[in-house]
Amino acid sequence: MAVSETSLPLADAPTATARAKVFPVVPVALLAPMMLVNLIAFILPVAQLVRISFLEGSGGVLTDTTTIGNYVDFLTDAYYLSMIWNSVLLAFVVTVLTLLCAYPIAMFLHTVSPRWRNLLFVMTISPLLVSSVVRTYGWMVLLGDQGLVNNMLVGMGLIASPLRLVNNTLGVVIGLVEILMPYMALSLIAGFGRLDASLSEAAASLGAGRLSRFRRVTLPLTLPGVALGCLLCFVLSISSFITPKLLGGGRVFLLATEIYDQAVIQLEWPLAATISVAVLVLFGFALAVYSNVVRRFD
Amino acid sequence: MVGSTTVGFRVLVTGLYLFLLAPILIVVPLSFSDDNILTFPPTSWGVRWYAQMFEHQALVNAFQVSLSLAAIVTVLSLAAGIPAAYALHRFRFRGRDALMNLFTAPLLLPSIVLGLSILLVFVKLQLLATFVGLVVAHLIVTTPYVVRIMSTALTTLPPSVEEAATMLGASPLVVFRRVTLPLMMPGLVASAALSFLLSFDEVVISLFITGPHITTLPVEIFNYVESRTDPLIAAVSVVLVAATLLVVLLVERSLGLSKAMGK
Repeated sequence: MAVSETSLPLADAPTATARAKVFPVVPVALLAPMMLVNLIAFILPVAQLVRISFLEGSGGVLTDTTTIGNYVDFLTDAYYLSMIWNSVLLAFVVTVLTLLCAYPIAMFLHTVSPRWRNLLFVMTISPLLVSSVVRTYGWMVLLGDQGLVNNMLVGMGLIASPLRLVNNTLGVVIGLVEILMPYMALSLIAGFGRLDASLSEAAASLGAGRLSRFRRVTLPLTLPGVALGCLLCFVLSISSFITPKLLGGGRVFLLATEIYDQAVIQLEWPLAATISVAVLVLFGFALAVYSNVVRRFD
Repeated sequence: MVGSTTVGFRVLVTGLYLFLLAPILIVVPLSFSDDNILTFPPTSWGVRWYAQMFEHQALVNAFQVSLSLAAIVTVLSLAAGIPAAYALHRFRFRGRDALMNLFTAPLLLPSIVLGLSILLVFVKLQLLATFVGLVVAHLIVTTPYVVRIMSTALTTLPPSVEEAATMLGASPLVVFRRVTLPLMMPGLVASAALSFLLSFDEVVISLFITGPHITTLPVEIFNYVESRTDPLIAAVSVVLVAATLLVVLLVERSLGLSKAMGK
């Protein structure tokens, strides 16, 4: 393939290039405050996190000894191995349930009239504006022993004593599914944008029933949105902290809650840093799976 | 007809919306409970938890910290983010895309990891449990959004308008003040509102770097909910949701939310 002059990226902006050469001070001065914020609150912290994960030390005191012992300890401890497994499993279950809850909403938004669509769209994403602490508190009110659900069930005579809906994994799953639904719905709505109503009509006129239209037309075309939503929910739920901490009631042990406990309560910084790096590695895995899946669509 | 939906499907969707909005809707009636414990439906009604809210000194202090923090973070986010977005838009240089990615990268990092990382550096910089530390930490949450929104706003701004003003003899500063800035206004308002809300709501990173002497409202609420269960937080939540709604409505009224988000 011949490379022509015009295909070079710089060639399309000669004036801007010239300007940058005349005033190199101006862009640097404009970028400096942002660079400073990024350096102090992002680059340095992440570098420090990785460094400390390789240091010996405990109780808030660090030594200068470099070691891979933290990783060895973490990955050979049966307690932490089961915690990794539980976190991944929980994130997986939450992702699947969130998808099942958000998909009908995205599908409904695709079919209703524009006037209703705008209102329902705002309703779908408005929970994002409410603090996750407040929404988790709302779930404590709904699911607690004296909560709405239990009082209703007891009142109707369906159960004799309240069900255990919070302070366990079930409560965490319910809370996380609801908290992550807007993110999933947003990804799915973007995916539904690719779906043309006439395709489904064409399938119907060719004799396809409701179910086979969904399975053969709607679902395949909206899969990219599904993949994006699943990535987002998996990543967000594996790193979620507020909801597992409050709805788990100290009985649900996950990687994210362990990072906080080790760092803030036990002051075991190297261990907390090691778990954090492990979470980032899980993120990497999720991203790799996602790009693999997306490549198959194209 | 293909576009039509069955009754069953409508019922399902209604149920799902109820599920989605239930935890927010439930706090409104609960905040008017007169009970000492968290029970729903309440056995008696009243407004005593609203009164209690103002007498809870820790909450009031935390609210004041959060309010001034969010205000300062908003101003500094715009002060750092807008020039950066402008420079990335106006000048072509090597590593421009890399810088853009660097500025928005903090969005990709889970806040629990970012919180720990910031804690580990702030210990050394003596910024733990300080107001300055909270400002810096919140800036890394808000500035990626500001840079992204302002970049979108600037792409929709045709360079020819600025060039015309320059050719007619306006100095760079006048061009910026009279042409660029007014055209950036929708993005600016959206960035400001989002920065304020993000800072005011931020909880995970703040949990790592607040202390007994300085704490933010979400952190105080978190600590309260973790140790005690009564309807006080319902009253606080209603006030917070109402305030958020007010901010959103103000933005919507002044320029239309969808327009402000640059879409």
